[in-house]
Amino acid sequence: MATTALVDPDTGLTQAQLAARHGLRVAGERPSLVEYSRRLWAYRHFIAAYANAKLVASYSNAKLGQLWQVLTPLTNAAVYYLIFGVVLAQNNIPNFIAYLTTGLFIFNFTQSAVLAGTQSISSNLGLIRALHFPRASLPLSTTITQFQQLLASMVVLIGIVLVTGEPLTWEWLLLVPALFLQAVFNAGVVLLVARLGSKSSDLKQVMPFIMRTWMYGSGVLYSVSLFERLPGWATTVVQYNPLLVYIELARYSLLEEAPLLNESLTQLWLVGAGWALVAGIGGFIYFWRGEQEYGRG
Amino acid sequence: MVEHFGAPVEASATMTRTQERIPTVVVDDAHIIYRVHQGASGGTTPVAALRRLVKRTHAPNVREVHAVKGVSFTAYRGEAIGLIGSNGSGKSTILRAIAGLLPVNRGAIHTQGQPSLLGVNAALLNDLSGERNVVLGCLAMGMHPDDVAKQAAGIIDFSGINERGDFASLPMRTYSSGMAARLRFSIAAAKKHDVLLIDEALATGDKGFRKRSEQRVRELREGAGTVFLVSHQLSSVRDTCERTIWLESGVIRMDGPTDEVIRAYEAYANSK
Repeated sequence: MATTALVDPDTGLTQAQLAARHGLRVAGERPSLVEYSRRLWAYRHFIAAYANAKLVASYSNAKLGQLWQVLTPLTNAAVYYLIFGVVLAQNNIPNFIAYLTTGLFIFNFTQSAVLAGTQSISSNLGLIRALHFPRASLPLSTTITQFQQLLASMVVLIGIVLVTGEPLTWEWLLLVPALFLQAVFNAGVVLLVARLGSKSSDLKQVMPFIMRTWMYGSGVLYSVSLFERLPGWATTVVQYNPLLVYIELARYSLLEEAPLLNESLTQLWLVGAGWALVAGIGGFIYFWRGEQEYGRG
Repeated sequence: MVEHFGAPVEASATMTRTQERIPTVVVDDAHIIYRVHQGASGGTTPVAALRRLVKRTHAPNVREVHAVKGVSFTAYRGEAIGLIGSNGSGKSTILRAIAGLLPVNRGAIHTQGQPSLLGVNAALLNDLSGERNVVLGCLAMGMHPDDVAKQAAGIIDFSGINERGDFASLPMRTYSSGMAARLRFSIAAAKKHDVLLIDEALATGDKGFRKRSEQRVRELREGAGTVFLVSHQLSSVRDTCERTIWLESGVIRMDGPTDEVIRAYEAYANSK
């Protein structure tokens, strides 16, 4: 009896059979989409802690520290107002300051998320190579960091809007679902550019130009009525531009008389929700498909 | 196991050992080829880059290196395995492949659970304090926030970074390379790993820390983990590992008890 027990049951097996017998998995194998989502949920504490840490670290070298969270959007708004409000004097828009800052802050949420997201894999290679966690944690926490920044700038925005004479109405509450949809859209886009940016560093150079073009196509700095002069198909393209949609939703909820390109409010909400859904799910699947490649090379 | 009742003590001990030999890493004829950038070596002008883009060829300064050429071995639970060999013999490459960070071009690597690689350059967040890095690192290893809160002080004590003043609350960029490496090892060692891969990470600490970390590696092994140690310090391999694999130019030259392998390796290194 004892002698039979001494015989190793694994002798005579090939390496592959041995691995299969003990249920070993191929190193660096990609989990299924469901399993991946489950693991990501288990890492929610890490995502939140990492987002907070990044927010703190981003101003750790500045003397004014966290004050820049408010100062940066304010300064930005001042510069653009000087050029588009005073020098170019766009008088056709009622309450231009509020119109401009709303557009600027909403656009900036996506812009800074995308710019940070491009590098969310490539700038964390040390962490990725050292520890094993679902890589989507990094782009997602980038999105959350930017969302926290957005909340600070929303306080500034609401101040500006109230000071410039807009009344406080129930419609302001619509800002909450609008920002939520935009945050989901951003998360999807950040996941997309994170994977693209992990392979080629060229994207980092191109991204600022893409974002600037996107800004001009979103009616941030001037009246959206300018887009009506474009040929019909171009106006349609601009109408469905997700950022224009989110900006219009914010303008609609905060401002009384802002000119809007989209007349139908239902359509605005539908397009906004549609973009959030498409980008969110698409970005997540696209990022997951590259899961085993991050940190290689 | 019922039939073992009458057996002598030593025999049953050997039997349980044999029975418990559960493989954690199975490397099956692995070949690893990776591309390296040689740095600027002609053809770096914008015009040349554009021509490459049009012709869809790779940059001329990228070269393929066949780093691992058909390596096979099996590692079991509770084993500590040293990997030795001269520079460029493929030690670090095979560790990274086991961690799933490099693909194998031929063959396969099977692992139990997810191996963790502890390299010397495993940076965390340099702008943040040591304390915050401990919390983040533990969360990134999948620990629960409650456990992290309980263990954080112990991890900082183990690393010894507070031996000369309160460094734990300073950003990591202010640390010396040895301190940073110690903190990283302490974080990684705070969790039970099925497979822990250590790449020269113990070499940076001072003598006291090295003793502590070697002790920690032994504990990790006793907790049914497998530890791989890449080191050029043969003494630390001898102290922690009972089995050693000697790699030379991407092939296994010898695989066996540490003493034998190290003796052969030293003879080889001296004759060169």
